[in-house]
Amino acid sequence: MSEPILEMRRVSKSFFSIKALRDVDLTVYAGEIHALMGENGAGKSTLMKILSGAYRPDPGSEIRIDGEPVQISGPLGGRAAGIAIIYQELSLAPNLSVAENIYLGREVSRGGLLAREAMQAAVGPILARLGADFTPQTQVANLSMGQRQLVEIARALHARSRILIMDEPTTALSAGESERLFALIRQLRAEGLAIIYISHRMDEVYALGDRVTVLRDGTLVGSLDKGDIRADTIVRMMVGRDVSSFYKKDHDPKNDPNARQGAPVLAAVDIADGRRVKGCSLTVHAGEVVGLAGLVGAGRTELAHLIIGAAPMISGHVEIEGRAVSIRTPGEALDAGIAYLTEDRKALGLFLDMSCLDNINLAVLGRDARFGGILDRDKARDRAKRAFAGLGIRAANVGVPAGGLSGGNQQKVLLSRLLAIGPKILILDEPTRGVDVGAKSEIYSIIDNLAKSGTAVLVISSDLPEIIGICDRVIVMRAGQIAGQIRRDATSPLSQEEIMALATGTEQLDA
Amino acid sequence: MPENGASSNIAPAKAAPAGSGLAAAQETKRQRTRMIIRAVGMLPVLLLLCIGFHVLSDGRFFTGQNIGIVVQQSAVNTVLAAGMTFVILTGGIDLSVGSILAAAAMAGLIISKFPDLGALWLPAAVLTGAVFGVLNGGLIALLRLPPFIVTLGSLTAVRGAARLLGADTTVFNPSIPYAFIGNGALTLIPGVLSIPWLWVIALLVILVSWLVLKRTVLGVHIYAVGGNESAARLAGIKVWAVLIFVYGVSGLLAGLGGAMQAARLYAANGLQLGQSYELDAITAVILGGTSFVGGIGSIWGTLVGALIIAVLSNGLILIGVSDVWQYVIKGLVIIGAVALDRYRLQGSART
Repeated sequence: MSEPILEMRRVSKSFFSIKALRDVDLTVYAGEIHALMGENGAGKSTLMKILSGAYRPDPGSEIRIDGEPVQISGPLGGRAAGIAIIYQELSLAPNLSVAENIYLGREVSRGGLLAREAMQAAVGPILARLGADFTPQTQVANLSMGQRQLVEIARALHARSRILIMDEPTTALSAGESERLFALIRQLRAEGLAIIYISHRMDEVYALGDRVTVLRDGTLVGSLDKGDIRADTIVRMMVGRDVSSFYKKDHDPKNDPNARQGAPVLAAVDIADGRRVKGCSLTVHAGEVVGLAGLVGAGRTELAHLIIGAAPMISGHVEIEGRAVSIRTPGEALDAGIAYLTEDRKALGLFLDMSCLDNINLAVLGRDARFGGILDRDKARDRAKRAFAGLGIRAANVGVPAGGLSGGNQQKVLLSRLLAIGPKILILDEPTRGVDVGAKSEIYSIIDNLAKSGTAVLVISSDLPEIIGICDRVIVMRAGQIAGQIRRDATSPLSQEEIMALATGTEQLDA
Repeated sequence: MPENGASSNIAPAKAAPAGSGLAAAQETKRQRTRMIIRAVGMLPVLLLLCIGFHVLSDGRFFTGQNIGIVVQQSAVNTVLAAGMTFVILTGGIDLSVGSILAAAAMAGLIISKFPDLGALWLPAAVLTGAVFGVLNGGLIALLRLPPFIVTLGSLTAVRGAARLLGADTTVFNPSIPYAFIGNGALTLIPGVLSIPWLWVIALLVILVSWLVLKRTVLGVHIYAVGGNESAARLAGIKVWAVLIFVYGVSGLLAGLGGAMQAARLYAANGLQLGQSYELDAITAVILGGTSFVGGIGSIWGTLVGALIIAVLSNGLILIGVSDVWQYVIKGLVIIGAVALDRYRLQGSART
């Protein structure tokens, strides 16, 4: 191969006595997609922040671009060195237009007035090159997540960046949008850009990666070339041990006497909100894990919100154990035995400034309280400690703020809050989003144990291998309606193709 | 913007590898220091101010009589600021407390002049405050109107109501029952130590507030609503009830403040009483380290904040600073103290 475009040698970064990165080497060539993997806290973000100029590496670290040693310092340093980062949480101003966002901070003016037309004209060709279906004048608030990502990429190209770092770019994208993004990334590779692709998702790394570099605890574990990329090898490198069964599914509703008899624990009957959800019915039985699959925007989260009373339904009703119930608020849903794990744990789930203890106990404080409202602090502490031990939550102690935990541990704290209620029905919305590999596997075994103990579990997920790995039955939504369902049985395991066909509606073409 | 420099301020804590034991231990230590700094808060500033004024006034600050004046002057503001703490902890604001105080004092004084009802003036004043507070809370919680706008409206409207109550005149009652709470003192050691009743009330209010905030379910719910309102709603918390409660408490304590003022002055005037008290109350809460966006803060900080304001007013008079300059200095000290607090908190995240 030609000369590397980016070489990092012996890069270390310490924060006081903590070494976040230790002697990491990374070599990236123009025209390659270099996947960077590692659990949360492995040092990927630190490495990226060094490249963007947000952090200054420790002395002795060396970074070369095109063979020339460079010092990347300050927020503008990365851009000056030709490096652009597309962050997980997109950093666009939704109230501004596409062109204004691309020029943000570098606006062109003529005679003191904004040269709006000139900027729009310059952005046009870039959008065309990316195959964008929107104009420079479009307001970003009107764009989908996938389109916003295009704006970010356009901004990088406009800055003439040659090294593009993408951090979990598909987290918020639907399967279709992801596919289009992959095509675009391959196109950029063909144009000679170097792409550093950070992802937790094995299938993406297979599909895209020319090379994979794995970090663990701030050190370089190793790099694999395309031919050697295998899931078990990567997982072993990431967690430092063999992960024999990643997905855990020991429960089987067919063996569960409770599951077979009587009415389903949860039945949603013809539920609609007049906008995104157009008459959906589904059932979940005791001891059963049901997947709710579909593209982003198919209305899965909206359906869950209607079931738990977080949004008003205009028709339909919910039945629990065969009886119709009226649920108008999330509080009433909890009283009825339905607990919901939100897909957006930071915005809608956790109280980041509050301790893990308070976060775990929040839903049962009233039940535990003495004299009608005095906190029972011993009980709360015991419960939090049991949750830490039972779910393997890793934090210094139960009193630390939840915001300081890693994604996986935050998710377990949130899950503990729901489990404290002892729900009959658990609705999990993207339970492993932004969670590292080790914690993912642990969450799967928690779900498996819940089903074994008779809880009815509904899992909303965009991660198809996950749905296939842990569910007994999959319900697929498309455009606000139930497109169909697929049952797992001994002879035919669930298939990704079948689910995607229902989710995208292509099975109608075949018929 | 990804290049935003501000994001790097909080980054080191996030980047520390959460998995390793050493890092976790470091993290706890850091969090503990941060918590201690939060808890101690402005106390060092208060002590420095006291010592400074003592030196500058040739030893006239730390005298029994002067300390008595300081605590007496801080009492009403402490009570208002306690209520304000509840509101600001939910991420709200209550601009109407000064006006409610005036209306409650007027209502109390008018009741106190009825021969048979006289003794009921005190509960009447407190109740008047609570009613206005619940009205504020109802508009904010049920109609989902912004707290700033609602209480800005009631700041004006309730002021008008206070003037209406006394037909826009000053109401006197030299023989108002319970006048001792305004001017008397609780004797602890005869001839040696006595505490003004106003200050006893203020301390009781702080103590009860602390119990509610830290030892009850409602208290956790208040912090939860301020920390993340949508998450609180999804977690089954009755957010509307929490909001009505905090504005109700703020109104009720403003009513109590009105009663304290009435007992102290034997009089009330709907136009003048409590003018711009809301600013002192908000200042005390912010000086006390309570976050303006909600979810973080403590009632003890508020007490320290209220004392800082009282010490500043008293000390500047003691050392003979002119009225005009007192305003300038007070404003600058408030900005400086909060800036110092920010700086120390940032430093603590790094060391």
